[in-house]
Amino acid sequence: MQQLISFFYRNKNFLFFIFLEGLAFFFTVQSHSFHSSKFVNSANAVTGGIYKKVNSFSEFLHLREENEILAQENVYLKNLLGKEMDLNKNVDSLKTDSIGRNNQKYFYYSAEVINNEFNRSNNYLTISSGAKSGIAPDMGVINNKGIVGITKSVSDNYATIMSVLNVNAKINVMISRTEHFGTLSWNTKDYTKVQLQDLPIQAKIRIGDTVVTGGKSVIFPKGIPVGVVHDFVVESNNYTLVNISLFNDMTSVGYVEVIKNFDKEEILNLEERSMNE
Amino acid sequence: MNREILNNVLLFIGLILLQVIVLNNINFLGYLNPMLYILFIFFYPLKKLDSTFLLLSFLLGLSVDFFANSGGVNAAATLFVAFIRIPVVKAVLGKTELDFTAFSFRKLKFGNMVSILFILTLIHHFIVFQLEYFRFDNLLGILFKTFLTSIFTLVLLLLSFIFFSKGK
Repeated sequence: MQQLISFFYRNKNFLFFIFLEGLAFFFTVQSHSFHSSKFVNSANAVTGGIYKKVNSFSEFLHLREENEILAQENVYLKNLLGKEMDLNKNVDSLKTDSIGRNNQKYFYYSAEVINNEFNRSNNYLTISSGAKSGIAPDMGVINNKGIVGITKSVSDNYATIMSVLNVNAKINVMISRTEHFGTLSWNTKDYTKVQLQDLPIQAKIRIGDTVVTGGKSVIFPKGIPVGVVHDFVVESNNYTLVNISLFNDMTSVGYVEVIKNFDKEEILNLEERSMNE
Repeated sequence: MNREILNNVLLFIGLILLQVIVLNNINFLGYLNPMLYILFIFFYPLKKLDSTFLLLSFLLGLSVDFFANSGGVNAAATLFVAFIRIPVVKAVLGKTELDFTAFSFRKLKFGNMVSILFILTLIHHFIVFQLEYFRFDNLLGILFKTFLTSIFTLVLLLLSFIFFSKGK
């Protein structure tokens, strides 16, 4: 016993080192697993607050740009509204369903990006809206150009978004022209390009084909733009590499929209029930 | 003594803020960001390994991780170089015992100083990038990125040494 105690005492620094190193490794493994909620994230008052302060300075430099983007989107939405109005002239568009909403499946929250990463293997964005604004984990995030990522950790006033530029992000997408599904992933090589996996060889893709979200998961609605096919490699009758150029410039993301799916819980419950049967 | 503690606290906080606000957004050549915060490892007085230094290095790395959403990547790497700091110094100088009271990085010969800084920086950066990627299918790419980023960090480390020794 005496020897054991003196052993621990003599090696206390080494044991302390091993303990802390183990802790760091635990946090690292946790950050790489998709499902467990993480302890180390920037959606807390200190890091979020600092990022917000810094961002409010740099925001002034981009005001003009942001304004132009907003103006463009306004025009686009007004045109869309005009079309819809015409189409639905004779339809009672205010018909509500039993829950009392106008057949609305998705709700969009606007959020400001206060920190944006794009040169790591696992990139995250931080936004200055959180649980208080209605944001929850696993919601889709887009902007006017296309998809941005999926919300991950959420605190009261901040949330982190797992960017599409993250080796752990797997997003269901499809080739718009042929309607074949695949999974979006990223090989960390280039932040303007992501890769399409699990695409069946039956999908005869061409360079320039548009890729949109598939709508098979409850996170993104169907048809949100992702990018275009940049190039691809076919080996032994399989797509081994399909590069997609993103529509979004991930190095400059100012404001984003977070998507709430009203039917998410219902769908997940249903799926769970049929799994258990 | 109190002044030394205050200096180290200011250095600790200053390096974190500099790292996460400025240096993490440099993106030189599109993807190179120096990690100057390990300057703390070199500025912290060299003495017999104690648990305070290990804990501080761990917390320094973890703080950077909090901002970068990277789990415990920087914590693991910073703690590791803090642990091997003295063995590396001894190995480069070819000594088995060091006189801690007289030792200072600034008094070393330039070649020795660069060797020590570069070795520890390389090890630190390699651990960071490898843990961040967490797979082994891109070792060459990671070594390349480690090398380039280390050179960038090394230049900034040397500039900081010159800057701080002028001030005294």
